[in-house]
Amino acid sequence: MTGTAVDLIWLAPALALLGFVLNGALALWRPTAKAAVTVIGVGVLATAFAVGIAVVSAFAGLHTEAPVVFRYWSWMPVGTLQIDAALQVDQLAAVMLLVVTGVGSLIHLFSVGYMKEDAGYARYFAYLNLFIFFMLVLVLGANFPVMFVGWEGVGLCSYLLIGFWFNEKVNADAGKKAFIVNRIGDFGFLVAMFIIFWATGSLDFENVFGKAPTLLAAGGGVVTAATLFLFLGCTGKSAQIPLYTWLPDAMQGPTPVSALIHAATMVTAGVYLVARCNVLFALAPISGAVVAGVGAITALFAATIALKQWDIKRVLAYSTISQLGYMFVGVGTGAMAAGIFHLVTHAFFKALLFLGSGSVIYAMHHAYHATHSHEDAQDMRNMGGLRRHMPWTAALMWIATLAIAGVPPFSGFFSKDEILAAAFARGTVQPAWLVFWGLGLAAALLTAFYMTRLMIYTFHGPNRSGAGAEAHLHEAPWVMTGPLVILGGLSALGGVLNVPELWGGGARLHHWLEPVTKAGAALLPETHLSTSVEWTLVTIAVAVAVIGIVGAWRLLKPEALVPARAAAPERGLARVLRNKWYVDELYDFFVVHPLVWLSDAVLWKQVDQRVIDGAGVNGAARGARALGWLGARLQTGQVGVYVTLFVVGVLAILWRLVGGGGG
Amino acid sequence: MLLAPALGISAVLFTLGVAGVLLRRNAIVIFMCVELMLNAVNLTFVALAQRLGVGGQVFVFFVMAVAAAEAAVGLAIILAVYRHKQTVNLNDINILKG
Amino acid sequence: MTLTFFWIFGVIAMAAGLLCITRKNPIGSALWLVVTLFALAAMYVLLDAQFIAALQVLVYAGAIMVLFLFVIMLLNLGRPGPSDIKGPVGVGIAALLAGTLLLQLRVLGQTAPPEAIQLPAGTMATLQSQGMIAAVANPLFEAYLIPFEITSLLLLAAIVGAVVLAKRKL
Repeated sequence: MTGTAVDLIWLAPALALLGFVLNGALALWRPTAKAAVTVIGVGVLATAFAVGIAVVSAFAGLHTEAPVVFRYWSWMPVGTLQIDAALQVDQLAAVMLLVVTGVGSLIHLFSVGYMKEDAGYARYFAYLNLFIFFMLVLVLGANFPVMFVGWEGVGLCSYLLIGFWFNEKVNADAGKKAFIVNRIGDFGFLVAMFIIFWATGSLDFENVFGKAPTLLAAGGGVVTAATLFLFLGCTGKSAQIPLYTWLPDAMQGPTPVSALIHAATMVTAGVYLVARCNVLFALAPISGAVVAGVGAITALFAATIALKQWDIKRVLAYSTISQLGYMFVGVGTGAMAAGIFHLVTHAFFKALLFLGSGSVIYAMHHAYHATHSHEDAQDMRNMGGLRRHMPWTAALMWIATLAIAGVPPFSGFFSKDEILAAAFARGTVQPAWLVFWGLGLAAALLTAFYMTRLMIYTFHGPNRSGAGAEAHLHEAPWVMTGPLVILGGLSALGGVLNVPELWGGGARLHHWLEPVTKAGAALLPETHLSTSVEWTLVTIAVAVAVIGIVGAWRLLKPEALVPARAAAPERGLARVLRNKWYVDELYDFFVVHPLVWLSDAVLWKQVDQRVIDGAGVNGAARGARALGWLGARLQTGQVGVYVTLFVVGVLAILWRLVGGGGG
Repeated sequence: MLLAPALGISAVLFTLGVAGVLLRRNAIVIFMCVELMLNAVNLTFVALAQRLGVGGQVFVFFVMAVAAAEAAVGLAIILAVYRHKQTVNLNDINILKG
Repeated sequence: MTLTFFWIFGVIAMAAGLLCITRKNPIGSALWLVVTLFALAAMYVLLDAQFIAALQVLVYAGAIMVLFLFVIMLLNLGRPGPSDIKGPVGVGIAALLAGTLLLQLRVLGQTAPPEAIQLPAGTMATLQSQGMIAAVANPLFEAYLIPFEITSLLLLAAIVGAVVLAKRKL
């Protein structure tokens, strides 16, 4: 209890939960009360954001280095294990809190317009509020189990929202795929929790991170195993190799869901986890290298796939995977602040990109609805020249594109550059990191290229929607475009959060997060580069971004595109990229089919039917029947048999008494 | 002096009685074998009474009284069963067969 | 002398018992049982239980066996018919169990009452003055009065039971 506004932290998740309950009730009994749902749904989130601001300002005013922990009740006291239902407020949680509630509020507002005509309006907002609740539990949790509750909860909400239009099988399948793939990651998280408890005797963040440097051998097997299993959880939740395959499929859900969950918040949970456990990762340099390596490879890999996707949301999905890879490069190198900074800026510009694409899809849907056309409203080959009809959306998305490409002075430039600089700096001591830096740079080139491609095909060039449809294209209503404007401003100016000293800035986010990251930084000292090297890196990064943009502008010809229906199938490398390097097919062949075969032929037919049903259940019954049959043989109804048994009994007793045959 | 032979003969007679019960199917003959067993026990009592006092003979008295009562009732039952089943062969009297 | 006679009657009793259990004809079994009872009565006399010997002949051989014979003849079982002795399996089981029983009863041979056990003091004097019948009757009416009375009730129950059970129509 601090006696300040910080004590109100419980209010933020509680409001979201209240929103879920009320909207859920409305969804069940008054689904048409859309005005009430809007007020509740957006209202609780806006209020939660206000609470967040109050809490963070009060916390800043406390000038404390240690986190403020609120224990609400004793959840699992078992022997030596004490797990409380506890929330904590510290610098890292504060950042996440503001991002989740702030960007979340904007997306809720956008959803009001986007989902206006949907019959499941109330259900949508109920699920969305529930998601915010779980996400807040995740970032505010003071121990691993509470965080895991949030972790699982956001997975559940992700499933519910991806399969929101579950009447179509492809949507339901996408939801299932997301949940099941995430499960594999969750297994990793659980095993890591077991190892951490076994090694340190506690699951509270305070205790674990406090005792870790003394209890766990630096670079030892235990801490490496724990961190690698944690990272397995991260690859699931944050869609890295090998568990990223669910994220593109998740685009089946409504676009605001993709913006909120699969861009700005849920998928960043893995990055948050690594940042939170920076002490553990600092103790296990091998894990750090694995994290950064996987992140770098994923960044490049996903970028290659994005080059040849035609669905506008798929491009953005692979872009998200790629950018998450960047964040992992950051936190894997130990540059926690850089990774979190990119998390924040990415939330701004990726949410903007998704919501912008949402506006585009909204317009395309309306156009095709008006012309009774059945074309795919999300395929870029059916778009083109939309900036003439949607100037605001186009301009704002260009801002986001420049940010993601890493063009100064937009926010993305500062965050991406800091990550690459940190990787390079580490590379001067450990050459492997230079490879990661190189992969990141290549991914940056491709990022700029495919984002420009997206913009060109969507907003520039001739329109391919069909003459009748084009007349119906127009800008989205202000309830949708308004949030885009705010996000645009944040994407443009968000860099001020953490302008590095190189540029004369105060590196504010870096210093703000120091109380959280310094424990890890003490174990893994940062390498510093000379100013000249830093400027060289900056120049290279900017050059790469510009080359990507200009290259796309020059090489790609929107005039040569045909509408999706008439498009010829790709060949060669283009075909491989279009089909996502056939990873899904490989997984299907090597993992899914063997598992299904195993379940069917072995576990079901042999174990379940033969052993459990046959020998176990039926066998027990048959055994009992046999024993009963044996017993029934005694009931002959014949006195002679009874007398014989009688005599046998008497002899037995006599035997005992007499001591065996006359002793 | 007579005790040991008496006990031995008693044991043999008792065993013969048991063997008879196990061997025969006729209800009345089985009954007779039971009487044989009772008599063997009577012999034991009387033999020991010679050493230990007249209480043994008193007990034999009671055994005979009970054996008489038992014979009467038992034979009445066999008669009743014979009226229903027309047989005293125990193999055929198995209505309680399970 | 006594011993010789005892053994003679003992052998007669055992042989008659064996014959009793192996006769096909129930009447044969009954008659051989009567022989056994008589032999036993003789043995009782040799064991100084004259009253009991008399009772044995009167009650057992005279009443109970007669009852048996009456019932056998009432049920017309005296005619020759299929044997009621069990087959080889039954004989085997019977032999086995009876043999085991005999072995276990051998223990009776091992026990000898301690020499220190004497007849209660003054028994011989009482016997000589009262005679055997009084010697048995006095305890009946003194120490064992209650069992005596209950036995009379038992006999009453047996009479009633026998009459009811054997009636043709209740």
